[in-house]
Amino acid sequence: MRGHRNHPLWFAFMLHRLSGLGLALFLPAHFLVLSLALSDPALLDGFLHWADAPLVKLAEFGLVFLLAVHFFGGLRLLALEFMPWSGRQKSWAAGALAGAFLISGSFLLNAV
Amino acid sequence: MLDLRLYMLQRLSAMLMAPFVLVHLGVMIYAIQGGLSAGEILGRTRGSLPWFLFYGGFVAAASVHAAIGLRVIAAETLGLRGRALAVLTWGVGAVLLGLGMYAVFAVTVPA
Amino acid sequence: MTQEHDTLEVSVWRGDADRGQFETHRVPAYDNQTVLDVVSWIQQQVDPTLTYRFACRVGMCGSCAMTVNGTPRWTCRTHVNKVLKDGRLDIAPLRNLPVIKDLVTDMDPFFDKWIRAGGAHAPSASRHDPIVEISPQSEGRATADAGIECINCSVCYAACDTVSANPDYLGPAALQRAWTVVNDEKHGDRQAVLDTVSAAGGCHNCHSMGSCTMHCPNDLDPLGAILGLKRATARGVFKRRR
Repeated sequence: MRGHRNHPLWFAFMLHRLSGLGLALFLPAHFLVLSLALSDPALLDGFLHWADAPLVKLAEFGLVFLLAVHFFGGLRLLALEFMPWSGRQKSWAAGALAGAFLISGSFLLNAV
Repeated sequence: MLDLRLYMLQRLSAMLMAPFVLVHLGVMIYAIQGGLSAGEILGRTRGSLPWFLFYGGFVAAASVHAAIGLRVIAAETLGLRGRALAVLTWGVGAVLLGLGMYAVFAVTVPA
Repeated sequence: MTQEHDTLEVSVWRGDADRGQFETHRVPAYDNQTVLDVVSWIQQQVDPTLTYRFACRVGMCGSCAMTVNGTPRWTCRTHVNKVLKDGRLDIAPLRNLPVIKDLVTDMDPFFDKWIRAGGAHAPSASRHDPIVEISPQSEGRATADAGIECINCSVCYAACDTVSANPDYLGPAALQRAWTVVNDEKHGDRQAVLDTVSAAGGCHNCHSMGSCTMHCPNDLDPLGAILGLKRATARGVFKRRR
């Protein structure tokens, strides 16, 4: 890790970028699977059953985590940019992470 | 990469999506209890104008947001500039909007 | 003498824009010495061809910034003991600027962007007009005051990953200067500055990673200034539509 990057806001930036990239790459697959409802309902059901497998559940947990972390990270950025307020950014970054764990955690607890 | 216009589009689409994402997360946590089935999902969404508007708006905002986001990443990490960057931005936006709206129709049009 | 190390292992970057490598020297360790002292010792005692830049030695001129153990710093006010890692120092030129030779970078892109961001003063009155009174306590003046202590050392510019990824980006120092000008009531065309920073390389490229504010040796807040520009320009969007 290069010295100039070793601080919470930089990690918050990287987390936001990677989660956003992951979500954008996942979206087409998400849409295509849902479209099966029209073109091939039986295949959709088969796919959803396959989605019950533990490993796929873990991947889903990852996706919910990405969405949650990007959501809270985004709220942090909007607050930072649009509210006349400065400082306390570290605790917002930490809060984004905690909120993401909370949401994806409850998803995982419900799923297993 | 970003001028004021693209920046505002990115931020406004984000603000629009904030409530969408919250509902989406809530529905997910609620819906996966007892496993997912096509019948359960479609029973909820088919023929429902509110869900059509909800997911339609979500898809539109997400397409704009993702297209601008990927534009920045492509420019900063891959060094894409000029026409290639514009093609990528519009292409990503159009593909996501097309696939997304098709999916919205697939789950909301009455069977 | 420091307890554990009576000498330091110091690697210094030698080279030009095209190629170069680190050269390692053993430098005597003292209780009180700055990174600039170490560089000067090498230049005076070992290799007079080592090229580096400094002037005031007291943190005012902004000319001695270098990359020390991976982090951009003003070397004249950086104590060796604070940045020493396992008795070692790696000293390199600043990032994001072309290297001229050894530890000296070409600062032209940095200052050019300062001008491009609208950093030069545009008068709103001539010497024949009466002097307008500005209260030092007024909000605009207080905001402008927060930015004018910049010494143009380019530490923030070297720390910024958005600058590295996008050479057109004006960078934290130039944008902080623009924010200062926007808050200066005596500036002749503040809207023009807001328009300038709204263009392609402007403030809206910032990802708020905050390395500028983190590393500013004068404890200034370029990130806060950029956020101020973002707010002012976004407000302008809604105002113009009305």
